[in-house]
Amino acid sequence: MAADSVAARAAREALSTVEARPGANKPDPILVADGVRRNFGGIVAVDVQHVEVQRGSITALIGPNGAGKTTLFNLLTGFDKPDQGEWRFDGHNMSRVAAHRTAAMGMVRTFQLTKSLTKLSCIENMKLGATHQVGERWYNGLFKSRWSRQEEQIESRADTLLRRFKLDHMRDEYAGTLSGGQRKLLEMARALMVEPKMVMLDEPMAGVNPALKQSLNEHIRGLRDDGMTVLFVEHDMDMVHDVSDWVIVMAEGAIIAEGTPDQIAANPAVIEAYLGGHQGRSLEEPS
Amino acid sequence: MDFLSIIENTLRALVGIDAAYFALAALGLNVQFGYTGLLNFGQAAFMACGAYGLGMTAHYFGVSFWWGLVFGLIYVIVLGLIVGIPTLRLRADYLAIVTIATAEIVRLVVRSVRFKHFFGGSDGINNFSKAFRDLNPFGVGDFYGIRPFRFSGYTLWTLLVAWALVALGSLFVWALMRSPWGRVVKAIREDEDAVRSLGKNVYTYKMQSLIIGGVLGMFSGMIFALDRGSIQPDNYSRDVTFYILTALVLGGVAKVMGSIVGPMMFWGLFVFSDNFLRDLTDSGPLRIGGVTIIQSTQVGAVNYMLVGLGLILLMTLRPQGIFGNRKEMALDGR
Repeated sequence: MAADSVAARAAREALSTVEARPGANKPDPILVADGVRRNFGGIVAVDVQHVEVQRGSITALIGPNGAGKTTLFNLLTGFDKPDQGEWRFDGHNMSRVAAHRTAAMGMVRTFQLTKSLTKLSCIENMKLGATHQVGERWYNGLFKSRWSRQEEQIESRADTLLRRFKLDHMRDEYAGTLSGGQRKLLEMARALMVEPKMVMLDEPMAGVNPALKQSLNEHIRGLRDDGMTVLFVEHDMDMVHDVSDWVIVMAEGAIIAEGTPDQIAANPAVIEAYLGGHQGRSLEEPS
Repeated sequence: MDFLSIIENTLRALVGIDAAYFALAALGLNVQFGYTGLLNFGQAAFMACGAYGLGMTAHYFGVSFWWGLVFGLIYVIVLGLIVGIPTLRLRADYLAIVTIATAEIVRLVVRSVRFKHFFGGSDGINNFSKAFRDLNPFGVGDFYGIRPFRFSGYTLWTLLVAWALVALGSLFVWALMRSPWGRVVKAIREDEDAVRSLGKNVYTYKMQSLIIGGVLGMFSGMIFALDRGSIQPDNYSRDVTFYILTALVLGGVAKVMGSIVGPMMFWGLFVFSDNFLRDLTDSGPLRIGGVTIIQSTQVGAVNYMLVGLGLILLMTLRPQGIFGNRKEMALDGR
């Protein structure tokens, strides 16, 4: 593994004093959620009492299938409405804020099933991500002189990102012609065009070949090193251990454990949640 | 068989008023359906907005003809909001269902006896286009041009205005679609959640697209009404929308040229086969080996069947339409 960056050491140091328990308080949280609950019919999909995400860290959200990780993502990013609860992002109350507003405020997500816009070229995909575009108002769009200068700036920013994600050779190809892994990269790069404070990645490694996984890891570390906060859902434990500064574990809608990757790997409640055998007992008590 | 006149009629149909008003409406549908992915099955209602906007100036409001443009715009925006507010938040299919129903409601309301006072009932509205006719620089009784493109003065005037509007509309759509606004709506067509996750208000863009397409449909309805010199409610029925949609798909969706050439081809084909069949059955029913294949009274119906067949063949052999991009089509469902 490469030598830890300054940002990595800062994040780990800040988190070193944090207690390894569900809902632990962080020294400088960018995201704080309280009592977030979502029912689907009679099933409680998400019931999170309290959770904080440390600014400038890479936090992994793990848990068995059906634990409510993606639902929590959807709630936090405004793609779904909770039955109750509220959360604050960077000091702003975000409950009941629409998805596009959430993104514009700096909390940008990607999707488990990649949403590359297949009939747009890679560069168009990228340029779409830029915010505050003058030409996105239809009456300005009619006159190229009003938006061409901004478009050039956006395009050069997009080209820089495409090079960084090694997609520059596909610049003018339809996004639909990319491989699964390349689409993940494109989606991540496109999210960066929004210039977010926090990036939320839903299973960035799903369907990505092992060769590309290493470079995806590097890109995720790169996000933190550029000052962003990363929260990601993942099943690949090696990857979680490799890149994350902090791990939050969900099971059956609730957060059952938190800690550094090493603490989580040794946590019996987590092992139980993954392997089952917890029926009839509280998840918090090791057997 | 009089091939010369068949060909002449076909050529005339290529640039005729039907092709022109179809092209305007198809441009609108292209903005909505081709670029934004909004399945609007009620373009006829937006066309009716234009026609009745013009017609009601004289018939009900008693104001100058040119106010018709303002009324038309108001009707289009109100209709767009009524249809769009409840449905644009939902999946695409709901818009299709609601627009087809709305178009029927609009048609039934304007032809109803109850509202005859406003809309002229099933008789429609006549005598509203004097101001437009007065502007005609050509002699009404005179004929202009060389065969086959020889038109009476008034037809030539409406044709010129109609194709000028088609040119302006095309320029408008082209300028919009190369802009960042166009990029957003094309992205909405592909995946609206992705667009939302990038901080764009998808709902607003869809509404704008619906209304911009509706305004183009409005001009189409106005041209149609001006050419006929009368407004008949039943001219704005479901089948008009579907013919226009067919013409658009024929030309190629999400291409500006597609929405102009598609309607020209559609009417060219239509008039050709109609004239051909009429000529064939002119001197009595066509018989092969004692079996009557077709007689003159069946020409209308058979013509629609043949046009349908032609379109099926075209869609099988060239699914992207005339101007569509095969590479883009191949990306579907990946």
